[in-house]
Amino acid sequence: MLQEKLQDVFNEPGCATNQAKSDKERKKGCSKALKPGAAAGGCAYDGAMIVLQPIADAAHLVHGPIACLGNSWDNRGTKSSGPQLYRTGFTTDLSELDIVHGGEKKLYRAIREVVQQYDPPAVFVYQTCVPAMIGDDIEAVCKFAAKKLGKPVIPVMAPGFVGSKNLGNKMAGEALLDHVIGTVEPEVTTPTDICIVGEYNLAGELWLVKPLLDEIGIRILSCISGDGRYNEVAQAHRARLTMVVCSQALVNIGRKMQERWGIPYFEGSFYGVSDMSDTLRTMARMLVERGADKAIIDRTEGVIAREESRVWRRLEPYKPRFDGKRVLLFTGGVKSWSMVSALEGAGLTIVGTSTKKSTKEDKERIKKMKGEEFHQWDDLKPRDIYKMLKDSEADIMMSGGRSQFIALKAKVPWLDLNQERHHAYAGYDGIVNLCEEIDKTLSNPIWRQVRLAAPWEA
Amino acid sequence: MGNIQRFPHSTKAASTNPLKMSQPLGAALAYLGVDRCMPLFHGSQGCTAFGLVLLVRHFREAIPLQTTAMDQVSTILGGYDNLEQAIRTIAERNKPALIGVATTGVTETKGEDMGGQYNSFRQRNPMLADLKLVFANTPDFIGGFEDGFAAAVTGIVEEVVEPAAATVKGQVNVLAGCHLSPGDVEELRDIIEGFGLTPIFLPDLSLSMSGRQPDDFTATSLGGVTVEQIAAMGASEATLVVGEHMKVAAAALELKTDVRSIFFDRLTGLEASDRLVKTLSELSGRPVPARLRRQREALVDAMLDGHFFFSRKRIAVALEPDLLYAVTSFLADLGAEVIAAVSPTQTAVLEKLRAATVMVGDHSDVETLAREADLIVSNSHGRMGAARIGVPLHRMGLPMFDRLGAGLKVSVGYRGSRELLCEIGNLFLSREMDHDEHGPGHGRGAGHGSGQHDEGHHCGGGSCGCSAG
Repeated sequence: MLQEKLQDVFNEPGCATNQAKSDKERKKGCSKALKPGAAAGGCAYDGAMIVLQPIADAAHLVHGPIACLGNSWDNRGTKSSGPQLYRTGFTTDLSELDIVHGGEKKLYRAIREVVQQYDPPAVFVYQTCVPAMIGDDIEAVCKFAAKKLGKPVIPVMAPGFVGSKNLGNKMAGEALLDHVIGTVEPEVTTPTDICIVGEYNLAGELWLVKPLLDEIGIRILSCISGDGRYNEVAQAHRARLTMVVCSQALVNIGRKMQERWGIPYFEGSFYGVSDMSDTLRTMARMLVERGADKAIIDRTEGVIAREESRVWRRLEPYKPRFDGKRVLLFTGGVKSWSMVSALEGAGLTIVGTSTKKSTKEDKERIKKMKGEEFHQWDDLKPRDIYKMLKDSEADIMMSGGRSQFIALKAKVPWLDLNQERHHAYAGYDGIVNLCEEIDKTLSNPIWRQVRLAAPWEA
Repeated sequence: MGNIQRFPHSTKAASTNPLKMSQPLGAALAYLGVDRCMPLFHGSQGCTAFGLVLLVRHFREAIPLQTTAMDQVSTILGGYDNLEQAIRTIAERNKPALIGVATTGVTETKGEDMGGQYNSFRQRNPMLADLKLVFANTPDFIGGFEDGFAAAVTGIVEEVVEPAAATVKGQVNVLAGCHLSPGDVEELRDIIEGFGLTPIFLPDLSLSMSGRQPDDFTATSLGGVTVEQIAAMGASEATLVVGEHMKVAAAALELKTDVRSIFFDRLTGLEASDRLVKTLSELSGRPVPARLRRQREALVDAMLDGHFFFSRKRIAVALEPDLLYAVTSFLADLGAEVIAAVSPTQTAVLEKLRAATVMVGDHSDVETLAREADLIVSNSHGRMGAARIGVPLHRMGLPMFDRLGAGLKVSVGYRGSRELLCEIGNLFLSREMDHDEHGPGHGRGAGHGSGQHDEGHHCGGGSCGCSAG
């Protein structure tokens, strides 16, 4: 079962990377073979949690020993405007005895407890390595519990050892497709209902975008899964259009929704001025193609014109301050690349980027944007980055939290671009936030002081 | 405190808002206190990633931690190849002095024979004979953080310490349990060196996890006790064993070296600190330094000034066992009433706790037990529950991701005890000041609606100045 599912997501025809591969290569799957002793990054379970945990009113129960939840809960910045149950960590905390006797009964009791005590609209149950090894059939337990308790109980089959975080994202998508999407009918639908896939409302980013959609007259019927509600996710099949945000990770949801319910999808981004405008335009155009009122196109253009002129005006003051400042991007994701043109528009120079996680297509795109001389590193070691920063080859590094100390210990400014960040960078306002954050850290007076030699060294 | 409710039977199947962290994570922390070390989790890469993020958030430091990156196939067929490859890769790339391996749920469920794998590795890799290798069995499904820390320290003792022919005068070992922060270890070093003694801490987090500024990039731990120092522990005059969970390592050390152990169940509080100072004075044959004498006076003074605010205060404490013991004992010393002591795991030290309820539980249990409390003491994960029931939280232990300088907090010795007393006392003090300024019903959380202890509960006869008139 699990193996079939894995092959299925490896074969994803909607994925550009996958399409570029030979049949044989495709079978091997998307995750690069990990090198023991030199690997970094999360597991499939981690990835599944990232996608589903933002569904705020559901309970998220991890079936496994304490490490899987005990070491990881309460560590993500996804925000909810209402229910907070998603922030409560539930786990079966398997003991040695459970491993010997099997954990299925304990899992059922745990589901029952959660349902009785918190009455959530649904429970997501996450499979992990150890119960997968001992053969706990969590799909059967979930099915039984759902029947017995009269609530959706969704098995998420992404034990850590099946692969990377990205694969876990996909497996979470499959869980939604198999068990959730299409199970609830919305009370009302409108011709401008959309479903957004792969937006997690980190630091409240969705809230920078939603007012613009409201103004244009586009309704978010369902967001998978930022500020999500279970029933809204379950209604996603009635959307007129799907937008897939983090393209590689969840394109399977977009494509399968098209296959099953004829909903067209497009890949877009909320990061960066031009990408944001393109996204709004595409959204309006595709909705009109499906029968929405043509007026939304004009309204969209109106909003874009106003917001773009506003954002460039607001970025103007940063230009002289950013003149000559060089940025090192250490994150392969497409997200940060959407921001590049906006950052350059604000006067920053991007000196190079890591492309470890980028697709061939991404790399081509970067080449086209930046020319052949621009640095793209496939496998930049921490030591090399440290050296570059120490040699003042960049004025600021922007990356994920894990590499922050490479920059800070080299006494170079650093800005968090990943999921632990505390500031919202999406939409037009987000770019201004980003520039403000860059300016704040670049102009902080500590940098001169911390680089001073100690009095006994001078 | 006549009838203590010990270990009320929990029928919960779902641990809710866990207090417990896993054994490998504890092992990783112990390994991080050894200089030029690389901790290595033998398991799926997620095990490492989560542990790494947690330690990074707590210490705000780069955390060296690697993985054998087990996948489905290697899990079923056996993980030796991955382990060997990982160790070789790390040895080649990072040139560590020690690689500390911790098993996980994945490899332990499969039942990997770590002793056998150690022997195979040594046989097959004679060129790495100089590399110290510690293999600790730390399954995720047994015990917790403290047990993993203890297993790693015991493993280091067994692999690295050597018996010595002669004793080095003035050299003492300190087996420093995981309830001691890097700041605590630094404080102990100062105290011990004040007697002219030379301490060797195992592990020594004060040298590695205290905000070092490296000259160059290092992939391994930077600072900590060196392998050479650990090897020389056999030549010490005595071993100070701090914390119940260090006893197994202490026994291993004694067995190997004949260095005598002196056990300290805690180092927080006046009498506990007195015992340490007396021991050090006897060991060194020197009088107690003037600085410590002044610090003792200051602690006594803080107790006199502060006891008003602690008397009969109802406090719920949820921490790793040995820290739980140290903190609850100290609070009881100050006249507070520990209404609940919650531990993530079952250990011997829980039998000694003085609290109305002692239980093995999670943060949701704390939330239930602390409804009528004046204070909760726990790690940062306790903040959401504390807010829900409107009880102030004093953060201790790990992870403490919403405070700067988490690793450098000091709560041992006269000075550390005084700091802890003042920090907690200030929480009570500010609440009472608020209360006095706003009248009844203010400055109290949602759980105190009845105002049952609002009356006759002033700031001790005007000692804080607020009701002096």
